[in-house]
Amino acid sequence: MEKDLRGYWKKNLQYLGVLLSIWFTVSYGFGILLAPWLNNFKMGGFKLGFWFAQQGSIYVFVILIFVYVFLMNRLDKQFGVSEEEG
Amino acid sequence: MDVQVWTYILVGITFAVYIGIAIWSRAGSTSEFYVAEGAVNPLTNGMATAADWMSAASFLSMAGLISFMGYDGAVYLMGWTGGYVLLALLLAPYLRKFGKFTVPDFIGDRYYSQIARTVAVICALFVSFTYVAGQMRGVGLVFSKFLEVDIFWGVVIGMAIVFMYAVMGGMKGITYTQVAQYCILIFAFMVPAFFISIQLTGNIIPQIGFGSTATDGSGMFLLDKLDQLHTELGFAEYTSGTKSMQDVFFITVALMVGTAGLPHVIVRFFTVPKVKDARVSVGYALIFIAILYTTAPAIAVFARTNLIETVSEQPYEEMPEWFKTWEETALLNWVDKNGDGIITYAPGAAILGTPDIQRTDGEIARGSNGQALLNNTATLNTNELYVDRDIMVLANPEIARLPNWVAALVAAGGLAAALSTAAGLLLVISTSVSHDLIKKQIKKDISDKAELRYARIAAGIAVIVAGYFGINPPGFVAEVVAIAFGLAAASFFPAIVLGIFYKKMNREGAVAGMVCGLLFTLGYIVFFKILFPEYNTPEHWWFGISPEGIGTFGMLVNLMVSLAIGMIYPEPPEEVQEMVENIRYPR
Repeated sequence: MEKDLRGYWKKNLQYLGVLLSIWFTVSYGFGILLAPWLNNFKMGGFKLGFWFAQQGSIYVFVILIFVYVFLMNRLDKQFGVSEEEG
Repeated sequence: MDVQVWTYILVGITFAVYIGIAIWSRAGSTSEFYVAEGAVNPLTNGMATAADWMSAASFLSMAGLISFMGYDGAVYLMGWTGGYVLLALLLAPYLRKFGKFTVPDFIGDRYYSQIARTVAVICALFVSFTYVAGQMRGVGLVFSKFLEVDIFWGVVIGMAIVFMYAVMGGMKGITYTQVAQYCILIFAFMVPAFFISIQLTGNIIPQIGFGSTATDGSGMFLLDKLDQLHTELGFAEYTSGTKSMQDVFFITVALMVGTAGLPHVIVRFFTVPKVKDARVSVGYALIFIAILYTTAPAIAVFARTNLIETVSEQPYEEMPEWFKTWEETALLNWVDKNGDGIITYAPGAAILGTPDIQRTDGEIARGSNGQALLNNTATLNTNELYVDRDIMVLANPEIARLPNWVAALVAAGGLAAALSTAAGLLLVISTSVSHDLIKKQIKKDISDKAELRYARIAAGIAVIVAGYFGINPPGFVAEVVAIAFGLAAASFFPAIVLGIFYKKMNREGAVAGMVCGLLFTLGYIVFFKILFPEYNTPEHWWFGISPEGIGTFGMLVNLMVSLAIGMIYPEPPEEVQEMVENIRYPR
């Protein structure tokens, strides 16, 4: 059992690593650090850097949380730590 | 019907709803009072969290602020939403599994130390009091602007309403009122946005509208047009902003981390039944928040374009009615520096300080064009227009010539936003006192009934103190908001994250880290904002980081001190390490 839980935690940390990298890249990367360069490109009337800073990053935040919810619910079941069973 | 009658009707209806919920949801135990028995549906909790989080500032001031900051407004948009990702991934599920009532509870138990608990209580009280004073002020302002009630009575009425449902119902009452308040505030925010988006771009969805072409026949994209207007008037391009990149970066981090560390937000996730619910509940909360936060930058662009097109290089005499109405409230004023009767709008402040209208025998003194004259000294630049940021949302319905009920709706929405946040903060204050101080430190053998009574008394006193600060705001209210976020970022966030993810973190490290992070951040902000505001310019800041962004640095100080001091002292006791193991798994 002990070993199982370590596996669960390791997997959780991996998910966190990936999701937080996306979180960082979209907001701080696209929205701030790369924004001046991305502003050379346009999507409709939006300069791309500006769009990521004021719109896109927020949409990505919402998606990231729901992806995490999905992954963790699956992981809970796989490792038998879900609150539903027993 | 005029705006005022509409406002009385709408505000009256919403207040009746809040009182109805208060009567229906009386709390009978501390568990009900603190966390609504941990039985709140995750969707309901998400909605309540959104109202809890979105304050008078988000509703009334943010869009206006952004419209003057352009691209730089992204610090608020990303900063106040990105923190929810951290909440969902790093905090909420684990704290739910821990399953007590408050944030100081976690800090105290995890770091097996009453000192740590006390430091956390002090932070929680400080953060919450600074925040709540601003909310009460917002309530007073809405009353005085829309209902012509004195600010004093406005605050008293607001206090009475919050008192009803927060003191009687505790978390249970607050949760269901916040759901109602969310519905009111989001409706009030979106209706004018839809109308204006159609007027300016022909697209009803504001999020798409502000990236579309303007309906003025020029065929230009609205944002390109606004950039062009800005350049012509000598402002920086709207889509580029003026802050330095590192400052934008640091402020955004501080606001995100601060959001995730605010006790009144964290505590909402103690109210759902399961760990699983805590995770998804953060997601729902962010959806509800994102509806307002993605609309605000669109409103900012619409309002900015409308303002420039209406006033810039136009004769004062041709100004629409709303210009004159807001002029009399000293929120929108014109000083005719060159005496040509035409409004020149350019960068820089038009006058020193905030407008102070000249009056003779109570009558407003008028200039040759009929404009209200000011006592302020005019500055040397060419700008002749003073615009208060807050009117961008308040005056929007009038500027866009929307029906009167829409303007009244904005008033009811502003009140809902302010009251919902105030109630959430008051609950944190009352639990900090009755639970973390009295139950856990002073009178450990106290009965549940007696603790509940203390919680009610503490909430009652907190309402009165908050009301006092609302009526007599300390001059630095705007500044202390930066402090609230900075402190939350520099104290709670690192302590909680280390507590969950680093099992070997001990009390010595955590306490030293919190104290150092706190003192560093507080010192920097107090130095630049309160002691020496004349030095508050980029060349004096460390690494170009403004006091708003220094919480990020404070967080790093906290982390480094915690880890360094933590190495010197022994590991935490076996049972604490077991507890940390335990909160990592839902079951």
